Amino acid sequence: MENIKEHDEKQMKEEQVSVYFNGIEYKVPKTVTVLEAARMNHIDIPSLCYLKDINEIGTCRVCLVEIEGVHALQASCVYPVRDGLKVKTNTERVRRARKTAVTLLLSNHHRECLTCIRNLNCELQNLADQLGIRDIPYTGEMYDYGFHNDNPVIQRDYNKCINCRRCLAICNKIQECHVYSPINRGLDTVIAPAFKKDLIEVSCIMCGQCVIACPTASLTEKESISDVWDVLSDNTKHIVVQTAPSIQVTIGEEFGMEIGSQVRGKLVAALRRLGFHKVFATDVTADLTIMEEANELIERLKEPEKLPLLSSCCPGWVKFAEHFYPEFLQNLSSCKSPHEMCGALTKSWYAKKYDLDPKDIINVAIMPCTAKKYEASRPELEVDGIRNVDFVLTTRELARMIRQAGIDFVNLPDEEYDEPFNQYSGAGTIFGATGGLFEAALRTAHYLITGDEIDIPDYTDARSQSGLKYGEITIGDKKLSIAIAHGTGNAKEALDNHRTGKKKIDYMEVMACPGGCVGGGGQPILGGKDHKKISLDYRHNRSDALYNIDKSMEIRRSHENEQIKKIYEEFLGEPLSEVSKKYLHTTYVDRGKYPYVRTNE
Amino acid sequence: MDIYIDKTEEENFKKLDEILETHGHDQGHLITILRDAQEVFGYLPEKVQSYLSLKLDIPISTVNGVVSFYSLFSQEKKGRFTIGVCLGTACYVKGAKDVLNAIKEELGLDSGETTLDHLFTLKDTRCIGACGLAPVVMINDDVHGKVTPSDIPSLLHQYIKKSKEEQDD
Repeated sequence: MENIKEHDEKQMKEEQVSVYFNGIEYKVPKTVTVLEAARMNHIDIPSLCYLKDINEIGTCRVCLVEIEGVHALQASCVYPVRDGLKVKTNTERVRRARKTAVTLLLSNHHRECLTCIRNLNCELQNLADQLGIRDIPYTGEMYDYGFHNDNPVIQRDYNKCINCRRCLAICNKIQECHVYSPINRGLDTVIAPAFKKDLIEVSCIMCGQCVIACPTASLTEKESISDVWDVLSDNTKHIVVQTAPSIQVTIGEEFGMEIGSQVRGKLVAALRRLGFHKVFATDVTADLTIMEEANELIERLKEPEKLPLLSSCCPGWVKFAEHFYPEFLQNLSSCKSPHEMCGALTKSWYAKKYDLDPKDIINVAIMPCTAKKYEASRPELEVDGIRNVDFVLTTRELARMIRQAGIDFVNLPDEEYDEPFNQYSGAGTIFGATGGLFEAALRTAHYLITGDEIDIPDYTDARSQSGLKYGEITIGDKKLSIAIAHGTGNAKEALDNHRTGKKKIDYMEVMACPGGCVGGGGQPILGGKDHKKISLDYRHNRSDALYNIDKSMEIRRSHENEQIKKIYEEFLGEPLSEVSKKYLHTTYVDRGKYPYVRTNE
Repeated sequence: MDIYIDKTEEENFKKLDEILETHGHDQGHLITILRDAQEVFGYLPEKVQSYLSLKLDIPISTVNGVVSFYSLFSQEKKGRFTIGVCLGTACYVKGAKDVLNAIKEELGLDSGETTLDHLFTLKDTRCIGACGLAPVVMINDDVHGKVTPSDIPSLLHQYIKKSKEEQDD
């Protein structure tokens, strides 16, 4: 995926043509569609199935416009501009046609807005409001397409699906998991996995990009809110909460703050007011992941046949490898992801240190991610019969809890994380953006191999939003080919290139979601009125914010983090020790592309 | 990782491999391959669709999308004989509905269903182009014209007999 800002700038430099919108002349780039041209000039054409660069199929008929000289109304999202084109976006005929299209969708839509998870944040609801739909005269039979709820992560209400295919487009084009397809025909059509199975039964990686893309509540995360309220009311438990690095730059959006607002202090304050006993930063165990992974890289460099090393902190990517590239499972780092490490340590080292029974500790993780919910339920991720992490809440769910508790988030004071998971380096923080893990690991690996510090470690190279980047780095006398991929489609390309020998790699960082965790499937959905078009550019502001935090940190290298040193001194010994292996490392499962059929293994 | 094939299925999957070979494993031939596969298996179970997805390198969601789109394909095991009652205009005005009801009653089936012994599957069809013979009933490839409800028991009996003879052979 191209950097959207750059993309827009490039378009502006292109040859311009004159287009008339409602009689007024505008200069627009030659290669855009009527819809894009209108939006560039702040003319509002509503849309529904359109997702810039991802789903441009003209199927919902909401963006219809009148074009002079063309008899039928045209879908502006797929109509190219040309010089002298005269477009009318606001005639009675256009208004009526749009209204009919949306009214027909609503006539077979499960309209339970008041109790819907996307109430007030639904694109369909906004459209109905914008188009002034006051009654739905079509009273044919309501179809029941079913509801799937058989996995711990994503639920599917087919009765709220409007067949826009945005889920399908993002899954096929960006993630290349090809989970969805139109199944059946005519009125019976559903956009569903093969055989209309639940997502858990097919090769879905649970990244939640389809949830982000869904304009309604047809695809949503499975809420764990009431479970967490229950444990918060249980006085016999010691409840700790950990927050992933990216939450501090995204949750503000849920409370009307600017995209990219840094609200770490308020986030901690809010969690304390919700009743959590200790508030920890997952950034600390991100530092620990870096220590373990950097050491694993060094180990593998000694036996080059064990290369490439592939990062394993992203559960969506791990599941992708398990389904589609099982031959690379031995290359995946055995490190658990940071939140699982935090879970494992709170129920071992921390429990001992503070004289608590591990069985009484509940670890709740606030994650930008739906795949983390799946990860937390993986049978491997427990130690001595105790789950590492008990509940995972997405950024969106936490925001709902804060609202339910009546906490005025914006006006909260700034508070600090609790010991002993409160000190972290800038390296741990940038984990939340694509390229961040690589950059952080490099800072540490360089030190471990050469004994020298890299001076101000700002590899801006690793930070652009281009989906797949290659690079060469030299650490001491070692030369490494590295790759950074976000969006599993890009990881797929890199692995194919490696396999065919077209481009070999020694180390690759993969984040399943475009932009990394800041673009995660559990992050705020900008479906409100101010964000009619979902594009990917908001992810820049979020990740810029993370890098700014990194820059402002005194400690920017994981191996300089005093708390990490302490954890090794008091508990783990050294990276990759027996204790480390027991608590911080895990194994993977070959799942295959067809998990629902029996295979030869 | 390969899809597990049971001993009893080996023969059919071997035929499927031959079909794939004939079509040069060409993704563009998906529909023809599916049609030939249905000839072999009688229907297109999940396993056959997944096998084709694997061998043709087409996502299973796409394969299933195609299979579920065309009424030509069946995902459920069909009976030995498929009875198609034409409900096209000519047949309809000549009383096809009564013929269909007679079959439903005789077999205790609804349209689209299969008898428990997997002998008959009942379907209503659009015009099959034999309006001169209306009302028309097709049983597999046999066309029966000018059918009346009272013909139904003896008509079905012919096929039950045929099936018994096959078994005896």
